[in-house]
Amino acid sequence: MKAALSKVELEADIASRFGDAFKVHEKTVVETLATGVNEIDDLTGGLPRGSISEIFGPASSGRTSLMYSMLAYATRHEETCALVDTNDVFAPTAATAAGVDFDRLLWVRCAGNLEHAFKAADLLLHAGGFGLVILDLGDVAGKDARRIISSWWYRFRRTVEDRPTVLTVISEEACTRSCAALTLELNGAADWSRGSLLRRNSIRAKRQRPLSPWRNEGRFVSAAF
Amino acid sequence: MFACIHASTGDSLREFAYGFSPMVEEIGRGTVVIDVEGCELLFGSPYQLANEVVRRAETAVNVAIAANPDAAIHAATHLKGITFVSPGEELTCLGNFPIDQLDYSLVNVEKKIADQILETLRLWGIRTFADFAALPITGVSERLGQEGIKLQQLAAGKTERHLQVKQPPPVFANSIELDHALTELEPLSFIFARLLHQLCAALNAYALATNELSVSLQLDNQTTHERKLSLPHPMRDHKVFLKLLLLDTEMHPPAAAVKSVSIACEPVKPRVLQNGLFVPLAPAPDKLELTLARLAKLVGEQNVGSPELLDTHRPDAFSMKRFTLQRRAKRQSAICDGPCLGFRRYRPPLKAIVEAGQGLLTQISAWGKQRSVYGKVVALAGPWRTTGDWWRDDRWARDEWDVALERQGHQTLYRIYRELATENWFVEGNYD
Repeated sequence: MKAALSKVELEADIASRFGDAFKVHEKTVVETLATGVNEIDDLTGGLPRGSISEIFGPASSGRTSLMYSMLAYATRHEETCALVDTNDVFAPTAATAAGVDFDRLLWVRCAGNLEHAFKAADLLLHAGGFGLVILDLGDVAGKDARRIISSWWYRFRRTVEDRPTVLTVISEEACTRSCAALTLELNGAADWSRGSLLRRNSIRAKRQRPLSPWRNEGRFVSAAF
Repeated sequence: MFACIHASTGDSLREFAYGFSPMVEEIGRGTVVIDVEGCELLFGSPYQLANEVVRRAETAVNVAIAANPDAAIHAATHLKGITFVSPGEELTCLGNFPIDQLDYSLVNVEKKIADQILETLRLWGIRTFADFAALPITGVSERLGQEGIKLQQLAAGKTERHLQVKQPPPVFANSIELDHALTELEPLSFIFARLLHQLCAALNAYALATNELSVSLQLDNQTTHERKLSLPHPMRDHKVFLKLLLLDTEMHPPAAAVKSVSIACEPVKPRVLQNGLFVPLAPAPDKLELTLARLAKLVGEQNVGSPELLDTHRPDAFSMKRFTLQRRAKRQSAICDGPCLGFRRYRPPLKAIVEAGQGLLTQISAWGKQRSVYGKVVALAGPWRTTGDWWRDDRWARDEWDVALERQGHQTLYRIYRELATENWFVEGNYD
């Protein structure tokens, strides 16, 4: 009993000196930002603000289509957006067709330099005020993505957690590990049955994180682009 | 106390008066009034000050010192030499002045009304300031109105007003010459900090801000390094200016050691902004500018900004413009209502080797520094021919195909094209 009391006293003493050292940080109700694709919004409830969301899948799985849709939705709702384009693959013409408002989009081209991309994302997150920051690692090879040290992701998670910012990472393979609050796996297929002209693609999305018993993770939903 | 200096030659005395006090009002050419309160430590008593004025003046001047500026003006204008009008005894000095010498413009009475009042006074037999001052104020008010009362107080030397001081226009520029030329950025940053702090203090004093900073560095090799920082919004935070200036100097370093530094700014009204309750937050302007400057230093100025499409059908025709957040009305920029097919463009396009059989593309392989594309063609659509700018050297003409390549059981969709001029194949990007 005495030992328990002394432990309480010790904790109280430390807490009085170091503030909320023993306080458990509880997440409040999570605000979300819609992606602009109803099927994916129904599946995920939207992209959680103050968290990292990861969208991964192979090439032609619909990652970029979803990214344009997110940017179009966010800029249409007067959110300030930033795109860190690691491999300089953003196509302004296609983005305009998707409805992206360039007046609210900051485009940072990193010419394949992964380190620059992470530093740029860090600067943007620390500046604050951005509603959506997208880190596009879609053309980074899987072996390079796996080599990204975890401390970057922990740093990003800590930076955005008190801000109304959605940090979205687009990659070929899942690389944010446990730092992402939402992970979406995409797997798309071209729709060639419409004739010889390819102008549509369909994606299939599966939510991998967070796992919860009442959500429909584990199954794919389809959306057409 | 106020001192009036009057030169009968009509020379401008404003610059001369600034040598005694910064509080100077110029009453036409040849007459100035200065506020001598607080000048005792420099010049002694008001009488000593008057003597000093006469001594320093290059031409003959009259000096009058009185408790109010208007009495001093009348005394200096009409009495030669130095006149000291004791407070409360203005009429002793001014009382014998003819009523025609009353300067009605000092109390803002119109000439037409003043002439009517003076004519009335002459008819009443009023000849001097003392006669006018002796009239009962109630009677003057009833017969001559408020203008009559103003003129009577002027004649009695009892008006009360502040000097209408015209200060010289402020100059928002600072410079410093160095004893030893500086070659490193760190010591230069201290010079920048000092000059910017003074500039921002001056801006703050006038409730102004700036959206353009001009920096001029005199170099050791007898050249001048000039930089201009343009800001999208007016600011006056010297810390932000310093960081922006240092980042800019790191990106554009001077070619030689720095001998002198000059910084000037263009003063403008500060930005006043009322944020809406339901408008999403945007980055703070000063933080955004710093972030943009840091990003420009990291990836290059040409790689940061907002894309802007050019008015041409040329593939991948766009320019980068400076990213600024402007409040504007909502506009409908969406071309398609629903989601659109995404495209990832390879810059530069990958040169490809295309194998064909029986008139159809069968195999594609392309290698670049960052990526490689190869696989068997399982489906394709095309070609679509696009041409343009045929009258220019940089014309383009090509046939495009959309192809699906299969590799390890997964299909990837690419756009490839063949340049008509060179017959070379390229992979332009992939649909995603």
